[in-house]
This record gives sequence, structure tokens and C-alpha cells, in this order.
Amino acid sequence: MEGTILRTENLRVSFGDNLVVKGINMEIAEKRVTAFMGPSGCGKTTILRAINRLHELTPEAKVEGKIFLHSENINEMEAMIVRRRVGMVFQRPNPFPTMSIYENVISGFILNGIKLKTDEKNEIVEDALKKVALWEEVKDNLKKRATSLSGGQQQRLCLARAVAMKPEVILLDEPTSALDPLSTAKIEDLLYELKGNYTLVIVTHNMQQAARISDKTAFFYLGELLEYDDTKKVFTNPKNEKTQNYITGRFG
Amino acid sequence: MTPFDIHSLRGRRIKDRIFTSMVWVLTFSCLAVVFIILFYLFKMGLGSLNWALFSQGPKPVGETGGGILNAIVGSLIVVVLATIIAIPIGISAGIYLAENRGRKLSDWVALAVDVLQGIPSIVIGVVIYIWIVKPTGKFSAYSGSIALAIMMLPPIIKNTEETLILIPTTLKEASLALGASYFRTTMKILLPAGIGGIFSGCIIGVARIAGEVAPLLFTAFGNPELIFDPRKPVDTIPKVIFTYASSPYDDWHRIAWGGSLILVLFIILLNTIIKIFESRWKVQF
Repeated sequence: MEGTILRTENLRVSFGDNLVVKGINMEIAEKRVTAFMGPSGCGKTTILRAINRLHELTPEAKVEGKIFLHSENINEMEAMIVRRRVGMVFQRPNPFPTMSIYENVISGFILNGIKLKTDEKNEIVEDALKKVALWEEVKDNLKKRATSLSGGQQQRLCLARAVAMKPEVILLDEPTSALDPLSTAKIEDLLYELKGNYTLVIVTHNMQQAARISDKTAFFYLGELLEYDDTKKVFTNPKNEKTQNYITGRFG
Repeated sequence: MTPFDIHSLRGRRIKDRIFTSMVWVLTFSCLAVVFIILFYLFKMGLGSLNWALFSQGPKPVGETGGGILNAIVGSLIVVVLATIIAIPIGISAGIYLAENRGRKLSDWVALAVDVLQGIPSIVIGVVIYIWIVKPTGKFSAYSGSIALAIMMLPPIIKNTEETLILIPTTLKEASLALGASYFRTTMKILLPAGIGGIFSGCIIGVARIAGEVAPLLFTAFGNPELIFDPRKPVDTIPKVIFTYASSPYDDWHRIAWGGSLILVLFIILLNTIIKIFESRWKVQF
């Protein structure tokens, strides 16, 4: 019923002498939501950044092993192509401050030098903003600076910016950790809506969030993948004792 | 004596008062110096500001009147050309320093910028004389521009670097994560976000060189004619002030005061521009 879109083969990431991700083998299903869970410092974000090669911005970071997008090894692809096909939403909302709301949505096209006709742009902007349920709130203020929006709106704009590029995978690095509960709920609803059309990988510290929106949950501990299964199974009947302890709040 | 002895407390309070008033007095004296200079300049220079000063060239020795049109034009040529040369180099170096902190090369570049800032302007003039004026066999406006461009680099580089460092890395990451190249990320995201600071660095650079005469003595040299060709020697306002102020003629002194006032008004204008644009172009992250 589902294919694999991302696959890692003995993925190891180190910063200097510090091995942070210790040989991960996993497959991520297409058009599903996969949650990465685990205590701080377990390597979740590091894996995410390795998937769209943002780790290259950290000079001492080193990635070994392989990551496949479909059947292509992403470390043999052009980084720009990987990142265009694998979008990312960050922990804190980071809309481009010098651009308007409108420009932020199509910023992926602007930044890639892709020229669009005005009606094409309008269509993309409206479509992306509707997908993230922001259209009604901003449709009269598209020319306003993106930084004039509230934090929750900014994060939805960032999601729209990623969605507009029609990526195959969207990586979300704790996208609600800087938001208030109401905005968090909105983003969660959105992610729930988006699944089925997009492959989402979400790093989260919030167990309820993982339980609510994800199909599969991976539990990491000290750089190792301890448990990876359907979310329901992980939460109701974890195989690993550490997972059980974590989800029952005994550590983490 | 206990630690909270009332007498020592009083002593400390008195010391505090002395310190506070000293800070106030010294700050005020610095302000006063600026006002005294400005007052004197206006008093001496305002009278010589007339249409002839802006519209005529110098008169031969002995005749009164005349102006410094040739020097105003010369200064504009030299300064504009210097700015055009310095901005791309300075901003690039600033970007490099901001993006490559902690690397060996960037440490060396940063050190070089600091040293460059400390090199006396006359030395830069001499070096450009040897590098450019001697091989080409003539004084020229553009050789003066090169000397001044070198002097402009430190403020431009430092302001660019300091501005770019303050831009959150998450913005750069957001742009790269959309598949943007480093070039486009820099041009479309980083530089626009830092435009206020970078622009003020450039203006500070212009203000720094506008009044320089030492590096021009060996390069742009001087020329009583009205010249628009940057390959020829030109007069500049600071050079005219230098020549006229050290002459024995009253009328020339008058023109020197006028030139000084023009120069200072120009600097005040630049500072006002910085203030306006820094607040207008302030980017909220």
C-alpha cells in the first residue's frame, strides 16, 4: 500500500570526535507522517539536517553511511537539488524579514531564479496559503512584511513557503516548540490535513503531538534507533523498556 | 571599623558624586569642542559662502574673488570613484569575515583590516605614488581615488561584518533549505537584511575620506583648471584648503574657510543620512 521514499543505511553523524548518530537503518514511508521522538541530544535533529544536507553548514560535522531519496544517494546529488526536493520547517519561525507575505510564499522560486508569470505566482501563493489555512487571515495584507504576523502565523507561512515548492518530503524540526498552545493546535491540524499528499517527518518533544498526528514513530536514544513502528503500537505496547519509560514520563 | 561604618559610607557617596560629575563634565567638554569648532567655522566661513565660490575657478595671484568649483568637481570625481572601487571589495571582504569566523584566513584578513585602519594616510599616498603615478608617469584623479578607496575599506568591511553577524543563521538556513545557492542567499536574503548597517558603513567610509589631503598630495596632486577627466590631476576641497590656508593672502584664507565649511556641512549631511536610513531600513527579525 505504500512505498519507501527515504532510506538510511548505517547512517553515522559525528561532530569532531563526538559520534552523535550511531548507525541508523530506517525506511520512511511515502505520504505518511513519521515522528522522531527521544530525549534531547539523541540525534533527532542531526538526522533531519543530514537528510537535506544542512549539516554541511557545520564545518566539523561528518556524515557516513548512505541516505537514499527513492533510489538516489543524496550525498551524490547536488545539495541544491536535494534541498529543493526535501523541504524543511525550522524550530523557530524564520520568514524572510525583508520580504512581504506574498514574496515569502514564492521565495523558493525567487531564490532559485525561477521566473513565473504574475497569475502563476498568484495561484501558487493562494494555493499554498490555503493549504496552511492562512489565506483568510492574510489575503488582504499580502504586501505587508512577513514579520508583522504573529509567531503562529509566521510558522504557518514558513510551512506555506516549503509547501509552495512541492517538495517530496517536508522535514519539520520541532515546528511548534516556540509557539503557544493554540497555534500549536492549528499547526497540528494542518499537518494532519497535509498527510496523504505529502511525506512529513517531524521531530517532536511532545508525545501527545506524535501520538495525534503521526502514522509511525521512531524512538531514538543516545544516537541509536531503539524502536520504530506504527505510532499506535509504540504508544500502547512499546517493545523497548526505555521507550516505555520515556512515554510514561519517567525520564526525558 | 565594621564593613558598614557610616563614615566610610559617606566617603563612598562623596566619591560617587565626584565620579558622576566628572563623567558629566568630560562628556560635556567633548560636546563643547564640536560646538566651538562649528561655531568658529560658521563665523569665519559663512561670509565667504557666495555664488562665486561654487561657480568659479581660482583667480590668478593678486586678483581677489574666484571660487573653488574646480576643487568641488575634483573632490566629487575622486570620492565617487573611490566609493565605486571600495564598495564591492569592502562588502565582499565583510561577507567573507562574517561567514568564515574562526578560520585561519579570516583571522589574517581581520588583522589586515585592523592594520590597514592604522596605516597613516600619507603612507598610502606614497605607496600609490610608487605603484601607479610613477609607472603611468602622471598624477591623476583615479590614482587619488585608489588611495582613498584603500582608506575606505576598513569601515566598510567592519560594518558589513558586524551587521551580517547579527543576522540569525536560521535565515540563511531557511534560504539554503529551499534549494537556493549561496550566491542568491547572500544577494537576496543576507545583504537586504543587513542593508542598513552596510549602507552606513559605506557612508562612514565616504565621511572618512572626504577631508583627506595627505594621500592626494602624491596622487590627484592639484589642478587650477576645471577637469572632468579622471585620468588628469584634479584639485580637491581639502587640497585647496591646505594650499590656501598656508598662503599669505587674506582673500585665499577667506576661500579656505569657505571650503572648510562646505566640507563640514557635507560631513554633517552624511551623518544625518546615516541616522535617517539606519532607522528606516532597520530590519526586524
